Amino acid sequence: AEMAARLSENRLVSLPLSRIRVIMKSSPEVSSINQDALFLTAKATELFVQYLASYSYKHGRGKEKNALTYSDLSHTAEECETFQFLADILPKKILASKYLKMLEKEKRDGEVREEDEEEEEEDEDAVG
Amino acid sequence: MAERPEDLNLPNAVITRIIKEALPDGVNISKEARSAISRAASVFVLYATSCANNFAMKGKRKTLNAGDVLSAMEEMEFQRFMVPLKESLEAYRREQKGKKEARKDKDKKADSEEQDKREEDNDDDDERMEEEEPNDEEEVDN
Repeated sequence: AEMAARLSENRLVSLPLSRIRVIMKSSPEVSSINQDALFLTAKATELFVQYLASYSYKHGRGKEKNALTYSDLSHTAEECETFQFLADILPKKILASKYLKMLEKEKRDGEVREEDEEEEEEDEDAVG
Repeated sequence: MAERPEDLNLPNAVITRIIKEALPDGVNISKEARSAISRAASVFVLYATSCANNFAMKGKRKTLNAGDVLSAMEEMEFQRFMVPLKESLEAYRREQKGKKEARKDKDKKADSEEQDKREEDNDDDDERMEEEEPNDEEEVDN
């Protein structure tokens, strides 16, 4: 495993192109992908992972304990416009008790504002 | 589609290594954080592909090319990736070209070795009266 890691260091990209290709092809509108485009997507994904990790660490609270935490990532998705496309898959975590209180409040508000109440869309499909 | 859920994920070991390269030494990464980044990376690929595909369609092409991906990065506001991506692409193209030429040379070499072998055998056969047909490459000479 170590040997493989050392070899990877000399390669231009570490993420496996075959796997990147599978993900890309799962998009129904995509017909074919040329080799350069595949390489660039893999490389861009690596740069993205590095950017997301370093940005989140820099702006988060996890570093107080020398760590990168889920909360740091979720915070980034919420606060930084560039990463907002991740907001649905990196939701903020709240305590169950808080969530239940929120629901109760919403219900009460709904009863008062019955006429004005907008119907909330159910957003099931976050990302295609 | 027909993919299993795990096929749309990227290998954990590689993701972890990439994260570590981006952070100061010794920083801990929770399993949850690693898993979240991995999912984010997959989403990124989908988003980038969709965006690149729009550029391909605008150009009336069915094949995504390098330009489409670069345009997508700009559109997604990842301009900071442009220079490193272009540099990597150049290196990648050189590498691919090198590999292709190595293969061509290897084939050429194999061909000329076959040729030499055939010529040697033909010399031996000159002593015989009968005319021989040129050997096929596949044939094994005695």
